[in-house]
Amino acid sequence: MNPDSLVSISDISKEEILRLLRQARYFESHPNQRILEGKVVATLFFEPSTRTRLSFETAVNRLGGRVIGFSDASTTSSSKGETLKDTIKMVSNYADLIVMRHHLEGAARYATEVTDVPIINAGDGAHQHPSQTMLDLYSIYKTQGTLDNLTITLVGDLKYGRTVHSLLEAMYYFNPTFNFVACKELQMPAEYRQFCTDKGIRYNEFTDFSPEVINSSDIIYMTRVQRERFTDIMEYEKVKNLYNLNAAMLDDSKENLRVLHPLPRVNEIDQDVDDSPKAYYFQQAKNGLFARQAIICRALGIDIPEEK
Amino acid sequence: MSSKKELAVAALRNGTVIDRIPSSVLFEAVRILGIERLDKHVTIGNNLDSKELGTKGIIKVADTFFPEDVLNRIALIAPTAKINIIRDFEVVEKYHVELPSTIMGIVKCDNPKCITNNEPMRTRFDLIDPKHRVIRCYYCGHSVTASHAHIK
Ligand SMILES: [Zn+2]
Repeated sequence: MNPDSLVSISDISKEEILRLLRQARYFESHPNQRILEGKVVATLFFEPSTRTRLSFETAVNRLGGRVIGFSDASTTSSSKGETLKDTIKMVSNYADLIVMRHHLEGAARYATEVTDVPIINAGDGAHQHPSQTMLDLYSIYKTQGTLDNLTITLVGDLKYGRTVHSLLEAMYYFNPTFNFVACKELQMPAEYRQFCTDKGIRYNEFTDFSPEVINSSDIIYMTRVQRERFTDIMEYEKVKNLYNLNAAMLDDSKENLRVLHPLPRVNEIDQDVDDSPKAYYFQQAKNGLFARQAIICRALGIDIPEEK
Repeated sequence: MSSKKELAVAALRNGTVIDRIPSSVLFEAVRILGIERLDKHVTIGNNLDSKELGTKGIIKVADTFFPEDVLNRIALIAPTAKINIIRDFEVVEKYHVELPSTIMGIVKCDNPKCITNNEPMRTRFDLIDPKHRVIRCYYCGHSVTASHAHIK
């Protein structure tokens, strides 16, 4: 077990989150460096995710490290029935750091128990994806200049969307107000509402994506409403367009409002929003590179300057 | 309690009496404690009258003193259970079982996509809400109330 592993955003303190954000800022102004020279990073994608893998691999490459690994478990021995433990132990012989994505929930936590090499969780099923959370936090921090006292509106699939759950957990240090906008079937689960109540986080629930909600927001975090989440297909047809955003809806929004989305989007954000200065989802994805550079250096115990 | 009822199960010189186990989970409690594997005298009574439970089960194990955390495992299914430690026919200690803060093994996670259901490994649950007896899988975060927990 390596204490510098990052499995869940709740593994790290408020101070560590803030330090990582300042380090991400540093990497944004110095993205290319040789600080990982001689290091080998394994990217083990038992479940394919091109977007996340490319972001991690670019982060390593731009810092001068080397990457080994696989992008699809069907090409590895785990498809022949090798246990996760054995795969992790084998790779631990070669790599200084393991970045892994797995379709099973808790896989990364278990991996930390079978090796001394640090593990970064790049997504374990519907469970945790801390580097996504860090890039979301970085995007909020960058666009608002702070994480404190913001009104954040979460829209769409709040039931299954792990990114919104982790964001909720991470934001609790920063006195946020949340608006949860979702249809009945995809509302924020009771355990997260309880989390808010226990931690004294203010939240309001809406089924309407109304101008009042939009105009009070500093951040609107959009997510995709997926057909397969519905038991009743009629219900899906009824709500599928209720949580879409177009440019006109932003007319009276706050000047500092930014629209985020973990991507890929389908039609929940209209193309006409892309040209708005309030659209931030493409830069958000780019921020992932800097956030991941900071996370990788933390896992390897490499000291990085911070930038406000 | 009448002396006639006392006789329903034999008296114990030294050992452990586990009383007030709901009848429906008696044999599960036997299994969780690994009592099948013991070579000491074991007396098991079931469907005995109980004011509190309607009917109850009782387990008497001679010359065996379980660690408290082992006995506490049955708090998952039998929160009413009461432990009596007997030495020389006297009850020298009694206590109620209590859910441990961490439960290693025993409970199976209900989440089919949990790593513990797909790797040869031990499960781990943490008690996150003692009042409502909610335990949570350390690996996948899935939570369940103790009385609904799936015992392996
Ligand atoms: Zn689990």
